[in-house]
Amino acid sequence: MTVLNSKIPAGPLAEKWSKHKAAIKVVSPANKRKLDIIVVGTGLAGGSAAASLAEMGYNVKAFCYQDSGRRAHSIAAQGGINAAKNYQNDNDSIYRLFYDTIKGGDYRAREGNVYRLAEVSGDIIDQCVAQGVPFAREYGGTLSNRSFGGVLVSRTFYARGQTGQQLLLGCYASMNRMIGQGKIEMHERNEMLDIVIADGKARGIITRNLVTGEVERHGAHAVVIATGGYGNVFFLSTNAMGCNGGAAWQAYKNGAYFGNPCFVQIHPTCIPVHGEQQSKLTLMSESLRNDGRVWTPKKKEDAIKLQKGEMGPNDIADEDRDFYLERRYPSYGNLVPRDVASRAAKERCDAGFGVNAEGKAVYLDFKYSIERLGRDVIEARYGNLFQMYEKITDVNPYNEPMQIYPAIHYSMGGVWVDYNLMTNIPGLYAIGEANFSDHGGNRLGASALMQGLADGYFILPYTIGDYLADEIQTPRIELNHPEFEKKEKAVQERLERLYNVKGDKSVDSFHKRLGNIMWDYVGMARNEKGLKFAIEEIAKIKADFYKNVRIPGDFDAMNIELEKAGRVADFLELGDLMARDALNRKESCGGHYREESVTEEGEAKRDDDNFTFVSAWEYQGEDKDPILHKEDLVFETVELTQRSYK
Amino acid sequence: MADKILKELTIKVWRQKNAKAKGKFESYKISDISTGTSFLEMLDILNEQLINDGIEPIAFDHDCREGICGMCSLFIDGRAHGPDDDITTCQLHMRKFEDGATITIEPWRAGAFPVIKDLIVDRTAFEKVLQSGGYISVNTGGVPDGNAIPISYDDAEEAMDAAACIGCGACVATCKNSSAMLFVSAKVSHLAKLPQGRVEATRRAKNMVAKMDELGFGNCTNTGACEVECPKGISIANIARLNREFLSATIKG
Repeated sequence: MTVLNSKIPAGPLAEKWSKHKAAIKVVSPANKRKLDIIVVGTGLAGGSAAASLAEMGYNVKAFCYQDSGRRAHSIAAQGGINAAKNYQNDNDSIYRLFYDTIKGGDYRAREGNVYRLAEVSGDIIDQCVAQGVPFAREYGGTLSNRSFGGVLVSRTFYARGQTGQQLLLGCYASMNRMIGQGKIEMHERNEMLDIVIADGKARGIITRNLVTGEVERHGAHAVVIATGGYGNVFFLSTNAMGCNGGAAWQAYKNGAYFGNPCFVQIHPTCIPVHGEQQSKLTLMSESLRNDGRVWTPKKKEDAIKLQKGEMGPNDIADEDRDFYLERRYPSYGNLVPRDVASRAAKERCDAGFGVNAEGKAVYLDFKYSIERLGRDVIEARYGNLFQMYEKITDVNPYNEPMQIYPAIHYSMGGVWVDYNLMTNIPGLYAIGEANFSDHGGNRLGASALMQGLADGYFILPYTIGDYLADEIQTPRIELNHPEFEKKEKAVQERLERLYNVKGDKSVDSFHKRLGNIMWDYVGMARNEKGLKFAIEEIAKIKADFYKNVRIPGDFDAMNIELEKAGRVADFLELGDLMARDALNRKESCGGHYREESVTEEGEAKRDDDNFTFVSAWEYQGEDKDPILHKEDLVFETVELTQRSYK
Repeated sequence: MADKILKELTIKVWRQKNAKAKGKFESYKISDISTGTSFLEMLDILNEQLINDGIEPIAFDHDCREGICGMCSLFIDGRAHGPDDDITTCQLHMRKFEDGATITIEPWRAGAFPVIKDLIVDRTAFEKVLQSGGYISVNTGGVPDGNAIPISYDDAEEAMDAAACIGCGACVATCKNSSAMLFVSAKVSHLAKLPQGRVEATRRAKNMVAKMDELGFGNCTNTGACEVECPKGISIANIARLNREFLSATIKG
């Protein structure tokens, strides 16, 4: 087992990043012009990185599977972005944001990375304002803030319930400016299917043009993976339909380590599943928990009536409502972190207090805040979310509480990277949700946007120079290089293998089967027996997939089933690795809840003596067991305690 | 609110193999659809049925399925994003349809948005318009503190109203002239309402309008149809603002 070098700089926590920046190499403007960088994915991380790198003078090639960079799923983030500005004078600070994030992640993230994230958070807000992001303002013209789960201050900046959209449009506009100036070569409807490694360095990618079906070669001096998370392993998630783990998975299969694959976030406030025909789940922003109160009935008989549709929520008197988060966690109340809120909802529903026909929903009630603040205020804060809820469910949340239930939302795990955001393959970087680095076992709300933009605007543009400074003599790679030939052939063969199965079951049918296994055994509660069962079942589904999948349509043209099949092929392998990682991590921490490791009160119980490490998995070949490497997490500043929000 | 079952529906949908092929309508029957199913889930179910029958599924654009990414399109029974107001196709639910109905589905129809396949169109023209000026020219770093420029509550709100555009193209598809004025004016207004964006407001308006004309979008004749079908309720008041900015750009030269 290798000891991984995270390259966290020595010295006091608050000085690590400044000292590191002073020590790393810089590329001159004249040399930047000679260097090409591929950025895969155009969400907040990829978009901000592509724009910033192009502005600095590098030649950037950007890729996305959608028809426009603006459609990356960062756009769906609703509630906000954290920054330690202390504009509210509530004693916020870089240290407090750092501490909240480390604690929120249940002490499974790196101190150095998280402190740096908090350090650059303020600059992100300034940058976004300068780009014209229309953040919410107070009447005096200053920026407005709200609060999010797991914190006691108001540090979340927002643009109504569309913060992700506005931040993404900000960096997308910056990208557009660079595309207009010829500094970014943009490739839409183009999906990365392999990485080209020459002389031990990442030198390009193989993609499939989703319009023409052609397999293409693209070379560069460095490759940046910014393709988000792999929540769609579960089939049903809040991810967009096209979100996939493909690029990260190709990185893994080319030798990059995969960090903490079992750490996925289950978001407590999603619209519940409505039947077997559902294609995806819709999130209701965590910001709603600022003004909504979560409850289930106190009496079992009321719950049964609700499940049968014999009574409605408004028929239940206040004293018969169990505001279980306020009851269990008085100091944080409805704003406990996501993992805690999700488990508490599951606990109530498992105990028989669920409020919909399936018994898998709890209420999020705005009655009290409407009484306190007036309907106008609630409408101004959450109007678009309420409209979205009503369009989907046909229930007006101003009159009746929302029904919510936890759903897969985000992956904290991802490609392993060092402090420079570089994987263990030289020249290959991973940023944003695609890497594993900053959120430990659980991400706090409004921190994904912060991390994506921190990586793309203010971290990668510095750290990539340290690598590229040694590449200024390296000529552009020829596209007929043997490694390109080899990888293109491998991609063709992979696609042909899928296409030529010509079985009788749709791609989606396999994806749903995988999703069900993942949700039942690698979801909100996990145990040894279930995980072992999941590994066996996934192997069976995989074998069936390669025997019976049916992909109609042409091979050499737009073929959506072929696209989906490639992604599901990756998910089948990713699901296996997630289950293995979950099986190996015999403690509970953050979103990873092992039923064998629980406190008396039912909270996640860490095992710091044995599991204070990042698991980094190394691929060994198809159907071979991967090797686990451990990166020990060293805590120089914070003291590890049982996480409490009581 | 209780979901009902639509026993049978006829889906009349535009099929076109690729940009060069000639397209035509095909009709398919589908049964037992819950009214709680979304429109795109209904298409998923139909596609599953087609795959099982050995027919290539219908290609349509979609991604977030939350009404925000702007990827989904579709002209449904003669209306962009279908028979409901202020939503995208992905938010449309089958409760808006009657049992036994024939539902007609077409792609966006506009010269500047050529069909790629079935219901998928090429909206690259929007990208080109934005690349010509839909931004504030600032580099990463070296910008003032976020609170250094106070912005009035109303200006921030109005900028946000315009910035809510999702770039789906419903306005273009709905306009009888295939004009992109609502799309372009939303971006121009969003940035012109903010002090940061005022600096290059006239230059921006001039460049974006020139690019829009070059790409083959039609003229605006003030029918207001775009505003009615915009899933995000973008107001045609933005078009008046764009005209003002453009006029000012023309005068200044």
